[in-house]
Amino acid sequence: MAERALERRVCPTTGLTVYKTTETLIKINAVVAIVYLLIGGVMAILLGLTRWPAVHLLPVDWFYRALTAHGINMLIFWILFFEMAVLYFASSVLLKSRLACSTLAWLGLALMLGGSIMVNVMIFGGKADVLMTSYVPLKGHPLFYLGLILFAVGALINVFVFFATLYVARKEKTYEGSVPLVTFGATAAAIIAVSTILHGAIALVPTFLWSLGLIEAPDPAWYRLMWWGLGHQSQQINVAAMVSIWYFLGFLTVGSKPINEKVCRGAFVLYILFINIASAHHLLVDPGVTASWKIWNTSYAMYLAVLASMIHGFTVPASIEAAQRRNGYARGLFEWIKRAPWGNPGFAALILSLVIFGFMGGITGVTLGTQQINIIAHNTMRLPGHFHATVVGGTTLAFMGVTYYVIPLIFRRKLRFPRIAKYQPYLFGGGIALMAISMTFAGSAGVPRRHWDANFSGAVLPVDLGPMAIFMLGVVGIAATIAFLGLFMYILVAVASVFFGKRETGVVESVFNSRRDTVVSTVAPSTHGFDTPGTVMLTLIFLATFAVYFFANLKWLSNVWWVR
Amino acid sequence: MSVQTPERYWWKPIHKAERVWIGLALTWCLVLFIVMPMQHFFGKQNSTGEAYRVDPQAYMQFVLKWTDERKSGDVNGVPVVAVAPGSDAYLLAQMWRFYPILKLKKGESYRLHVSSPDLQHGLSIQPMNMNFQILPGYDHVLTITPTQAGEYSVICNEFCGIGHHLMTGKIIVEE
Repeated sequence: MAERALERRVCPTTGLTVYKTTETLIKINAVVAIVYLLIGGVMAILLGLTRWPAVHLLPVDWFYRALTAHGINMLIFWILFFEMAVLYFASSVLLKSRLACSTLAWLGLALMLGGSIMVNVMIFGGKADVLMTSYVPLKGHPLFYLGLILFAVGALINVFVFFATLYVARKEKTYEGSVPLVTFGATAAAIIAVSTILHGAIALVPTFLWSLGLIEAPDPAWYRLMWWGLGHQSQQINVAAMVSIWYFLGFLTVGSKPINEKVCRGAFVLYILFINIASAHHLLVDPGVTASWKIWNTSYAMYLAVLASMIHGFTVPASIEAAQRRNGYARGLFEWIKRAPWGNPGFAALILSLVIFGFMGGITGVTLGTQQINIIAHNTMRLPGHFHATVVGGTTLAFMGVTYYVIPLIFRRKLRFPRIAKYQPYLFGGGIALMAISMTFAGSAGVPRRHWDANFSGAVLPVDLGPMAIFMLGVVGIAATIAFLGLFMYILVAVASVFFGKRETGVVESVFNSRRDTVVSTVAPSTHGFDTPGTVMLTLIFLATFAVYFFANLKWLSNVWWVR
Repeated sequence: MSVQTPERYWWKPIHKAERVWIGLALTWCLVLFIVMPMQHFFGKQNSTGEAYRVDPQAYMQFVLKWTDERKSGDVNGVPVVAVAPGSDAYLLAQMWRFYPILKLKKGESYRLHVSSPDLQHGLSIQPMNMNFQILPGYDHVLTITPTQAGEYSVICNEFCGIGHHLMTGKIIVEE
């Protein structure tokens, strides 16, 4: 057992030491993640086609069942299994260390797997049509809550293995000085994960006992506060993991390196310190919590976590720009963008993820999360419009991009269907972006989120939300179809490569022509006093867009009835 | 490199472009932060979360009785209550209806109470697109002043079971 734990190889491409156990765990977690992505994706297209009024595919009970399955499989199972793979990679592989307590890692994996299967059996058996949030006093089957708890315990064990590996690496001196930035970011994600999982336990353990009939129903307001300690903070695990992957992909695709380690690391620390109060974003129009509580908490204590994202939103493209200028593309403001490796899906996924997350997800998120503006947004389709931009267009797309490197480097298989892979990020990112926009417009027209029929057919008091609402829901359906196609292409490439790809043995050649290191700069960089003038320009455009959208929403708010 | 350990001493002065951006971003964050208290004191639309503990069943009985004593006609069988300006109006959010229909006057203010005897619900007033959370056990009080006349739909925007899409109501605002 002890020898098996030390079995390892040196990667001929990157020079990193990959331990056998780590490699196997990364593989299993990644494959399981993709299985859940497929289940969630099939649910997604069914939902998209049901919300498209002209199609209205699913019957009402299956709509809410599919919605429950979609939310949990996508937002929890797909993302967390993939993040476990990221944690193993960022600790054991990047620090060239053996995995600490590998037996515990297998136990964690077993619990996560068992829990997630239990939850899915309950959902598809029709025993837990409670949606992802399962707001009490809406009640699901006890095994639904138990499955979630087991999954969370498994995840917590794996996070412990991550921390233990950091400790072992330090103690056995497998590296010198500070940990790499990607490991630092993953550590931020892991710290937030501990807090997230504890909130999950606080919310779900009493709910589980209540579903067994052992205790009285938890207070609905209390449940919302605690559940969102799980629900919103888990999104910040995603953000920290995604940003780490941005830095990683920047290095892999154009050879970028952080411009200033202090700034990047400081921004991750801001996430850890201020994200825990994000739960309040979901309680902005709730009874029982005061305005001052809402204002302080919704701003993450003066938006310091938003500041962190804006810093990464600058440093990531700036590091890419600096690398591209070093690679010789230094003409004018934007040659570094024009001559970037757009045909490399790792790079395309990185940039699309960055833009969709920042411009769409970030701006809408802060605006919707402004205490008063939430009145004209709460529980409308503007909300899924926002978080599909952050967690799907952002996190999922970044994970997809890094998969194209995980396959040759960890699975050691040659990528199959590189032409499909080349277009995949554009189709998926484009579909999600269009879907997020149309959802946002539908929400502005009053369409509620998580709702089977925007025509309210059969209601005693009929409701007409108007042609704009119905049209936008049609666009949502079309966009969901495009995004699903992109998702299917991703799964096709991943599954075909992992199971039927040619084995890689030596140094991995990228199947995508990266022009990196092929030209020598002939012009002196024109920088207007900045080393990264293009990024300065882009971030100024971002800030202007942000301000316009924010103040436009305040204006719309001023048109509705007075309320206190 | 982001995947390799940084050089031994990485605590270095911040680059000019980064310094400028961090300054701008922080300024914008502070603007965002100040907007909320400003809106709270000077804006007309706020969610103060005013609420009182209430027994869910007692709330329902109260609204049923309150409606019976005041109803003046109905729409599709749902009773209509004309609320006196400046007084309390009550709305019952229940699987799957909003009860009763409220008749208000433009420019007058009302204390609108809303709560649920069963699950969580959402109060969504359309096409105004104003949205508030409804919790059983909490009497959520909104001090509202309708600023436009017309017929407004009320829809539920928190999932409350199979009949969620049937849960509608109405608020009529007269000149």
